[in-house]
Amino acid sequence: MKHQEIDTFSEVLAADVKEAVRAGSASGVSKRREILAADFPDANAIRELAGQIKQHTLEHLDTYLEQAEQKMRANGIQVHFAWDGNSAKEQILEIIQQRKARTICKSKSMASEEIELNDFLTEKGYDMVETDLGEFILQLDEDHPSHVVKPIIHKNRRQIAKTFEKHGLGEYNDEPEVITQRARKHLRQKYLQGEVTMTGGNFISAESGRMVIVTNEGNSRFGLAGAKCHIALIGIEKLVPTDRDLGVMLNLLGRSATGQQLTVYTEFISGPRSESQPEGPEEMHVILFNNNRTEVLASDCREILRCIRCGACMNVCPVYRQSSGHAYRSVYPGPLGAVLSPLLAGKAGYPELADLPKASSLCGACQEVCPVNIPIPDLLLRLRNKAKTEHADKAAIGTPDMTLWSELATHPKVWRTAMKSANLLNGLPYDMMPIAPLRAWTRQRTLPKWQGGKFRNWMKEHQKERNHER
Amino acid sequence: MSDDRSRIFAAIREALQPLQSAGKASPYPDYEVGQLTSLPRLGAEESWQAFARNLAAVNGHAYEKIEECAAFLQEHGVTEGYCDPELIDRLREGLGSAFTLHPEFDRASLERYSFGITKASGIIVESGTIILKDRGTSNRLGALAPWVHVAVLTEEAPIFSTMSEALAELGDDPNVIWVTGPSKTADVEGILIEGVHGPGQQLCLHLS
Repeated sequence: MKHQEIDTFSEVLAADVKEAVRAGSASGVSKRREILAADFPDANAIRELAGQIKQHTLEHLDTYLEQAEQKMRANGIQVHFAWDGNSAKEQILEIIQQRKARTICKSKSMASEEIELNDFLTEKGYDMVETDLGEFILQLDEDHPSHVVKPIIHKNRRQIAKTFEKHGLGEYNDEPEVITQRARKHLRQKYLQGEVTMTGGNFISAESGRMVIVTNEGNSRFGLAGAKCHIALIGIEKLVPTDRDLGVMLNLLGRSATGQQLTVYTEFISGPRSESQPEGPEEMHVILFNNNRTEVLASDCREILRCIRCGACMNVCPVYRQSSGHAYRSVYPGPLGAVLSPLLAGKAGYPELADLPKASSLCGACQEVCPVNIPIPDLLLRLRNKAKTEHADKAAIGTPDMTLWSELATHPKVWRTAMKSANLLNGLPYDMMPIAPLRAWTRQRTLPKWQGGKFRNWMKEHQKERNHER
Repeated sequence: MSDDRSRIFAAIREALQPLQSAGKASPYPDYEVGQLTSLPRLGAEESWQAFARNLAAVNGHAYEKIEECAAFLQEHGVTEGYCDPELIDRLREGLGSAFTLHPEFDRASLERYSFGITKASGIIVESGTIILKDRGTSNRLGALAPWVHVAVLTEEAPIFSTMSEALAELGDDPNVIWVTGPSKTADVEGILIEGVHGPGQQLCLHLS
């Protein structure tokens, strides 16, 4: 039988990568659980609340987006809208050209990964510098993140040390401390050179027009101290109604992502630097971008837009742990990616990723840990249904032929006969099972005795009795 | 682009129209911020003590005496640094003669500054967080680039018990940053390393 691509990827995945991914994600799961239990008597209630706030925001996105736009403009931010990746890239290029910039420092941003911004600007001759340690290493390796929070979860220190050696960042040394110090030294020079700093954004409060960026390393803070121009690329779904709501999200984001009560640097930015401040951007742009998010909003999977990118669902997912993030062939891996990636791919890209919703045992762990309580298993089922009804070939690979089943299940008479006659199976040795998947199944399992027709008979009797009683 | 703007708004309205016209759009939930506070972290001690405990939990250090702060700096071999000019007079005596304090931050000689001293615009007890506001911070780089950052909490700076209280008082400063411990990463094999881009040591000195 042909296998799904994700299974094939997992089968040939190097043992050390598999172990790195497993260990990295497992530690995330326990840290999250411990801190939530220690801090709150009912963490679930907060998770559900956060989900309700985000769902409400999405379902009134027109109002909140307009409110945020007005507030941001009033705060001195230049607000732009980008329908898709190309539009976002062109608008970013235009700002960079106006600033006559050569070096652009970028703080970790999944939105920029979506539109492959680094490649675009590098081709145009700009010095694009990733400043998050993990993203910096990925850039040197011409690699891509495999986790939304721990981008190099798939790499070990020896690989990183070799990369640094190859790129002239010192002799081979695989001590994490040394690696970090070398990156620190190298990147601070870039921060001071950079004319423009690019960031993503974790949240925008519609009430105040404040955007929030969180980092542990301080990379966005350094970028916003070094450069004179700030461009933030933010998806239109990143809104919350009020500043107060930011508290709900921030209390969950750090704990869910890395087991921290708060990420080290939580920045609330509502405009260019103050007049008294000698360092930092004198000009600030926010690009609100769509890139098929409105299609997701129109679909029956809009709940996925609640996502705050904590990565808890990938940490806990047995499929992610076995296959790693790159197996998902898209920017967003894990259960989040299995739902979001095929949808964000748009009509043209969808068939290529239609198999991703199959990459789940539907165990439900992803929803249990989700800080905004996204019903991921339900969404995966809706997408499986979409693949079936739209005849997406990729999703069908490795699926047993269900024609016989659907014939039976749609013809009650045939069904009844089949149920009864299947009693014959009870006497049949497993090796002689007539249906291939069943034969494969019984190789390792014992079937209970077939009781075809018994329930129907009981039901009939039961109904008769009830009618009689009346 | 204005065209992109109208396309996006039109697409959002089209997507939400069936929900909104059927009156099925989710309402805004009613909630109290009290449930967002971690009571064990808030603790029962006096607020500065609780703050110091929470800052220590993220490997930061809280001091109430300038001399203690000076001892820390000397112990770590950092004697030349940047200092907010408004704080120099208050700190010079307590720090002693071993320290060179620069009132200007010159980006061309970044490595000269082994510490930076700037004002804290407030603290949050519950999380051990130091609040830096743009109007209160004399130099963004001075508070970030040196290996040690000393945030000085003066008498007029507020002490917030909880994150929710601090959120309600963000005010109109264009850049408010909550600093909760030293800069850190666990990108390499999940091993915690402090001092990535920002300070490897985060101190808070309470002047009263």
